[in-house]
Amino acid sequence: MSVIVYAESHGGAFNKKTFEVITYARKTADILGTDCIAVCHGADSPAQLGTYGAQKVVTLESDALEQFDAQTYTAAIAQAAEKLDGDTIIMQHSANGKSIIGGLAAKLNCGSVSAVNQLPSNDNGFEVIKPVFSGKAFAKYSISSDKRVLSLIGNSIPPEEMGSEDVEVESMSLDLEAPKTKVIKVDKVKGEIPLPEAELVVSAGRGMKGPENWDIIEELADELGATTACSRPVADSGWRPHHEHVGQTGIAIRPNLYLAIGISGAIQHLAGVNNSDTIVVINKDPEAPFFKAADYGVVADLFDVVPRLTEAIKRFKAS
Amino acid sequence: MNILVCVSKTPETTAKITFTSDNSEFNTDGVNFIMNPYDEWYALVRAIELKEQFGGEVTIVNVGPSENDSVIRKGLAIGADKAVRINAEPKSALETAHHIANFAKEGSFDAVFLGKETIDYNGSEVSAMVAQLLDLPFVSFASKLEMEDESKATITRDIEGGEEVIEVAPPFCLSAAKGLAEQKIPNMRGIMMAKRKPLDVVEADEVSAPLEVKEFSLPPEKGEVTLIDPEDMDELVRLLHEEAKVI
Repeated sequence: MSVIVYAESHGGAFNKKTFEVITYARKTADILGTDCIAVCHGADSPAQLGTYGAQKVVTLESDALEQFDAQTYTAAIAQAAEKLDGDTIIMQHSANGKSIIGGLAAKLNCGSVSAVNQLPSNDNGFEVIKPVFSGKAFAKYSISSDKRVLSLIGNSIPPEEMGSEDVEVESMSLDLEAPKTKVIKVDKVKGEIPLPEAELVVSAGRGMKGPENWDIIEELADELGATTACSRPVADSGWRPHHEHVGQTGIAIRPNLYLAIGISGAIQHLAGVNNSDTIVVINKDPEAPFFKAADYGVVADLFDVVPRLTEAIKRFKAS
Repeated sequence: MNILVCVSKTPETTAKITFTSDNSEFNTDGVNFIMNPYDEWYALVRAIELKEQFGGEVTIVNVGPSENDSVIRKGLAIGADKAVRINAEPKSALETAHHIANFAKEGSFDAVFLGKETIDYNGSEVSAMVAQLLDLPFVSFASKLEMEDESKATITRDIEGGEEVIEVAPPFCLSAAKGLAEQKIPNMRGIMMAKRKPLDVVEADEVSAPLEVKEFSLPPEKGEVTLIDPEDMDELVRLLHEEAKVI
């Protein structure tokens, strides 16, 4: 029995989240006392997965995999897992990973836990923890089936160079039906790191008073190399695009740094960001609930303090 | 166009989350429940709009106990035609999906709509499971759906840092994200009519899932916030670099 990890690539390249899930899968395999096999499709350098812990890499070959289709990818991974004698299947909790974990569990009729953020334990049966209630709590799940499927939230464990590129790579051709969906267009927001992948996030709320004041936020984000985000009222008022909305009904994120500017910290907003490593809150109201969830706070008028912070970062980078 | 919309009951977004004394169950005392926002605001409303465009019926299905009826009635008040509650208390996504799929197989639906996730367990799993069990094409995270006629849907799907546009022919299964529709508040006429619309209760088939929650826990309390002098942003940068090690 093996751990099978699906390594997502985009435009032929893996990203940090892929390497995180490889390391997670390898550590899971170590816990279970088995080996870790990565499967991928269309990657330029599959052997890279060896560096982060895969003990074997299998490239999946089929014309049906040229575009992402949930049904087809579900069938592909199930087929690969069967041929490779896999009993534990792990993937990223990404748009595509989320679209297949459920299907795999249904197809294999096994237990699945999506959005895990910690390594499993196998002392008392297979147990694994995930955040629930939008990050307000954790649940420990126990899976009793022989097979199991997990998806890992990004930024949960760091990728580690546990192996080398000198790893066995083989190809496997799959027998798949043609996809029933057709991707006719892909639009990516250019030049910016997407919010779910961003390690540094600068987010602003109603305290900004209007969309015309966002220059200072963008300057700060540029200087930090951060991605911009916003609270729900800001997105709902059309001050900022909806894809920037973080919170319980927007995107849930867990960057290394979340800098909240002029956001009071309603419970729904906190639910989407409270798993960030470090939270900095800038707000002129010392009673803003966000300060209770913050690591660092600045009680001040944001229009004074944000440009000053941008300057301080410039000095830091120059030093 | 006949559409099945699967709705879930969740604690409202401001609910304080606590657990029973042995941490084995969610403590529902004093918690208000709502229809899961992704199911209601996006999946259900878009389904009703499609029914208005093409005719047909919108059926709501919920898996749960009789306490869920008020949430289901709200869906009828918004504009669904009828509802079915499958009388079961599933402990996992797979059980829920089996119940829904068993019911859906009996009907003839052109599409099955679900929210992209529930705001309690945040699994995003049931939709893909239902699609798999019904052997339907599945489009996740739909933020826009256009149909010129009933033979083809053009769906915009949210992906990391952008979107994909996808074509699919019914029948298909979709999970709804923000943007798919605008939230609709039921009016008095809708609420009155909902009382007369059918809400059937069906007994559930026996399904099992090899999964259980052993224990819940709350995140550790955050320590006190460190307040920084607004005049000294160099100090904040220093702390972020040396103490938090995030820049």
